Amino acid sequence: MKLQRKNRRALAFGALAVSGALALTACGSDDTGDGGGSGASSTANASSVKCDDAKGQLLADGSSAQKNAIDAWVKQFTQACGVQINYKGSGSGAGITAFTNGQVAFAGSDSALKPEEVTASKKVCSGGQAIDLPMVGGPIAIGYNVPGVDKLTLDAPTLAKIFNNKISKWNDPAIAKLNAGAKLPDLKIQAFHRSEDSGTTDNFTKYLIATAKSDWPYSGGKAWQAAGGQSASGSSGIAQQVKQTSGAIGYMELSYAKDGINPVSIDTGASAPVEASVENATKAIADAKVVGTGSDLALQLNYATKAEGAYPITLVTYEIACDKGNKADTLAATKAFLRYIASEDGQKVLADNDYAPIPDDIIAKVRTTIEGLS
Amino acid sequence: MDTTQITDASPPTPQQTEAELKRAARGATRPGDRIFLGLSRGSGILLLAIMAAIAVFLTYRASIAIGKDDGNFLTTFEWNTGLIPPKFGIAVLAFGTIVSSIIAMVIAVPIAVAIALFLTHYAPRRLSGPIAYVIDLLAAVPSIVYGLWGALILVPHMNGLYGWLDDYLGWTGIFEWQGGAPRSMLTVGILLAIMILPIITNVSREVFRQAPQMIEEAALALGATRWEVIRMAVIPFGRSGVISASMLGLGRALGETMAVATVLSPTFTIQASLLDPGGGTFAQNIASKFSEASDLGRDALIASGLVLFVITLLVNGAARMIIARRKEYSGANA
Repeated sequence: MKLQRKNRRALAFGALAVSGALALTACGSDDTGDGGGSGASSTANASSVKCDDAKGQLLADGSSAQKNAIDAWVKQFTQACGVQINYKGSGSGAGITAFTNGQVAFAGSDSALKPEEVTASKKVCSGGQAIDLPMVGGPIAIGYNVPGVDKLTLDAPTLAKIFNNKISKWNDPAIAKLNAGAKLPDLKIQAFHRSEDSGTTDNFTKYLIATAKSDWPYSGGKAWQAAGGQSASGSSGIAQQVKQTSGAIGYMELSYAKDGINPVSIDTGASAPVEASVENATKAIADAKVVGTGSDLALQLNYATKAEGAYPITLVTYEIACDKGNKADTLAATKAFLRYIASEDGQKVLADNDYAPIPDDIIAKVRTTIEGLS
Repeated sequence: MDTTQITDASPPTPQQTEAELKRAARGATRPGDRIFLGLSRGSGILLLAIMAAIAVFLTYRASIAIGKDDGNFLTTFEWNTGLIPPKFGIAVLAFGTIVSSIIAMVIAVPIAVAIALFLTHYAPRRLSGPIAYVIDLLAAVPSIVYGLWGALILVPHMNGLYGWLDDYLGWTGIFEWQGGAPRSMLTVGILLAIMILPIITNVSREVFRQAPQMIEEAALALGATRWEVIRMAVIPFGRSGVISASMLGLGRALGETMAVATVLSPTFTIQASLLDPGGGTFAQNIASKFSEASDLGRDALIASGLVLFVITLLVNGAARMIIARRKEYSGANA
């Protein structure tokens, strides 16, 4: 009898602990994009999706940066065609590995395939190879938290010096020069970068390398190379730290730069500083060159662009599929899904979710390539 | 067989006695005994085989990565397996793992021993039961929950302590604070201390409870105060048990992953100050780098895991040596 009472007490404590845990995790996860996905985009014309004879189930994996976009697309596509698409979003590297092992029908990646990955893909694409299809653009916002400063303009050398710990105070003359009239406090700059390997880091440092080589003497890549600074995991982690820390600055996908985080405008050399926005990212991608050979559509962004209103810190994420030799049982569904996301309706869904649509002449090439998949 | 030996009139030679003793120790062999012997021996060998297989696998994968490393695996302050050639080293990770665990032990062991002594020798029985339950439950909370609690509640509340430490102990260099977000080794150490507290407390409590009642009563009868009883009879008796308990806690602190990854601001630098953000631990680094790692990156992470394995082995070996030296106090000889 006594034992039972003790058990009940233990159970009550356990229940308390579990419900506390649930409450905590609910706070921790940033559910971005969902609102947009269920709002405006769900009214998009689902009947325009061409299903052909797509059926069954699709497995996909890859970049977490485009997960919210894929989720919104999958919702529409599944509604129209009844094909279940399971996109895991466990990271670009993991996605490409899963693809070259033949586990998924297509993969998402923040960076174009490397030559050795193309070679590895020839095993699963009988008679063909893997190709990059640019599908989602995304502005990388530089968010900051400086009390009393609502607007901030920075240029590439200043950004490089801030993230390389060469500028350590917000009232540094270099920042003051770019922001005439702003009341910059005598506050220590706390620069945050990603703690895990990330395509966002890769693209942000590519921008610094292309535009401020002398202030950013690193070779680039998915891992952060500069010493010092502080770090956090994921765009959501960076956003949370920037929100919490007075004097913080960090780079994140645009959808996370909200609720009190102001994005920096970039002085690119155009007539006015460029704001981080979806439209401005698309303008920057329009300045990109296709560098992939054959049906591969890997892009090379022009980070040093001075075009009016082109936001240069932008990443393009790709879908990766076989040009020839896709598995017979997934080909129809893969093709139908890719056709939908490259369509006008599909690209419209992106802007509702804080992603940038791919500019017209590039997406036209993507559509042609998709029709040729076999 | 045995009867013939016993009825033998001639004095047994040393060899005979030994053989007889062995046989006697083995006892009668019935099928049940033989099956049990086979099962337990098989399990023992299986365990060794599994351990050997893990060691071979880890060493093989690690050697691939280390062979391709452009930096020095032990002294490089960088982890960049995506470069051509790749460059990575464990210096920062080893430093961070050891420092954070030491902080955790310094905080947790005295508190855990104090709680255990309170529960066994001071607290009224009605209080000690529920407290023991709560401590047990602390051990069952998943580490990610500690991590989230640490990141959302502990970190924002550390500023006061950090400012105080900087004001009064900043001159040491170890407690100098530049004003960074308190996502540093000290915060991680405090969080780890909370996480390893239950296991040390529980094991210590069990050990202290085993302290021989007669000696305690004798000491009381001689006029010792309760504290003197604890100091002279309970603590010496329980010392090796507390060391074992601490080693269990240390093992958890060395290998803790998610909580550290959530609370720390990992960077590949070593700071003299415990209050400046930065640093890293083996387990945290593996967790945060694994998802985007290439094949080589994964092998490199395995190599770092192997180093953690070796460190844990050394720590456990050292603990065993300490306990062996204090054998006269251990429960087995009391």
